[in-house]
Amino acid sequence: MVQSILAGQEWDLFWRQFATKGAYKTVLQGLGITVEIAVFGLIIGIVIGTLIAVIKVVPKYKTFPKVLEKLADIYVGLFRGTPMVVQLLIGYFVLFPAIGIKGSNLNIITAILIFGMNSGAYVSEIMRSGIQSVDGGQLEAARAVGLPYGTSMMKVVIPQAVKNILPTLGNEFISLIKETSVVSFIAIVDLTKAFKQIGDANYAYIVPYLMLALVYLIIVYLITILVRLLERRMKKSDRRH
Amino acid sequence: MIDVIDLKKNFGTLQVLKGINLTVKKGEKIAIIGPSGSGKSTLLRCLNCLEDPDSGSIIFEGEDLADLKVDINKHREKIGMVFQHFNLFNNLTVKQNITLAPITLAKKKNRKNKYIALYNKIFKKDKPLYKVKPTSEAIKDAEANAMRLLKRIGLEDKADAYPSTLSGGQKQRIAIVRALAMNPKVMLFDEPTSALDPEMVGEVLDLIKEVADEGMTMLIVTHEMGFARNVASRILFMDDGVVIEEGTPEEVFEHSENERVKDFLKKVL
Repeated sequence: MVQSILAGQEWDLFWRQFATKGAYKTVLQGLGITVEIAVFGLIIGIVIGTLIAVIKVVPKYKTFPKVLEKLADIYVGLFRGTPMVVQLLIGYFVLFPAIGIKGSNLNIITAILIFGMNSGAYVSEIMRSGIQSVDGGQLEAARAVGLPYGTSMMKVVIPQAVKNILPTLGNEFISLIKETSVVSFIAIVDLTKAFKQIGDANYAYIVPYLMLALVYLIIVYLITILVRLLERRMKKSDRRH
Repeated sequence: MIDVIDLKKNFGTLQVLKGINLTVKKGEKIAIIGPSGSGKSTLLRCLNCLEDPDSGSIIFEGEDLADLKVDINKHREKIGMVFQHFNLFNNLTVKQNITLAPITLAKKKNRKNKYIALYNKIFKKDKPLYKVKPTSEAIKDAEANAMRLLKRIGLEDKADAYPSTLSGGQKQRIAIVRALAMNPKVMLFDEPTSALDPEMVGEVLDLIKEVADEGMTMLIVTHEMGFARNVASRILFMDDGVVIEEGTPEEVFEHSENERVKDFLKKVL
């Protein structure tokens, strides 16, 4: 096997499929879909996660916030307690048909929503620890000048919380990108599926799967650099000048 | 200006304030002194409901702040607060620290006014609008005001710096002008010099004295007895959740008959 790789047969098979027979188009499309699902998933995740985190830290004098917190707990429990694939399958085959959502790109939209909702459950915990890492005096000072609770959170506490949790959020994005490799379960041709199809064409999987791993590695590396740059930018309020 | 009536506050089973009665008149400078854990800071924090009182009332501009139905944010705009640990917003520059509240609140009120106007039009009602300048004008005013205040404390060159680059004394002076930027009717100082290096206490006390001399009504919790004596028009001595002695600085510092007060003053003076 090693010999056949070195001899270039496997490589030739892969390259013929990839370049000459036009599989690169599928791969590029798949790459786009993978990134699309992960990016929009993360955005939805951050919105949902921040909302749940605020629900959890808001002072609870009245019943309404208490009920909200219970609902948030159930939400997080459900999404953390079941596998991603199961959520995708239920979303695509049970939930969305049941409420009558139809459309041509439905599977991708389903994937984005489910990934977003799943990620929201995890981001909520990250965000909550971020909010709690901000000194309580910050919120007090904002309230003391007359800003309402929500505004104080948005303008003062959450920006500082996000700065503190940026590395962890980067990790969440990375695991999201990698987890998208299961979306072929609902008939989406993502990066993984695209490379699998190349292998399927000749029953030669060695090079396609190694290349697949390489592409994921490169994406993750790029995200790591991006997060580091972002971190440095946000650190400017820490630096003396 | 502020009437505190039988104010009580518990933390769990511990009663921190055991019925405080206090009337603050316009222009008065009240220094609250006493041993640690006597409830001085809690009393101050109850006045703008950073701690919600358990019973009693705080009458400010005809409304009871202890009533949870009262819009506390509206009143907090008029009650400036300065904290022991400065609490400048770390994610904002010095200038943004000062302008955040005026600008944000002006935007909010303008937005609400639109809804109220619409509501009035549809339902033929006459709900009053907020008194507020147009947003662009409010922003310009807030920024000019911030620069004027920074100039006053000699820190206009720090306008675009972040709080982490400043000394404690500078931070606290900025925290004071941040409160002043809201044009408060009363200022609350919660041990404003306790977290400062000794060499920086002077500059902060000087600024507070300046504000006092301009006629601002203020309540100040402090361990700086010399300052309390010079600036305050009235001293409250608190111990164990109650005010046990009250009077002019001279009365409290020199002629107090109360053993607890005499004992405390002997230790700190």
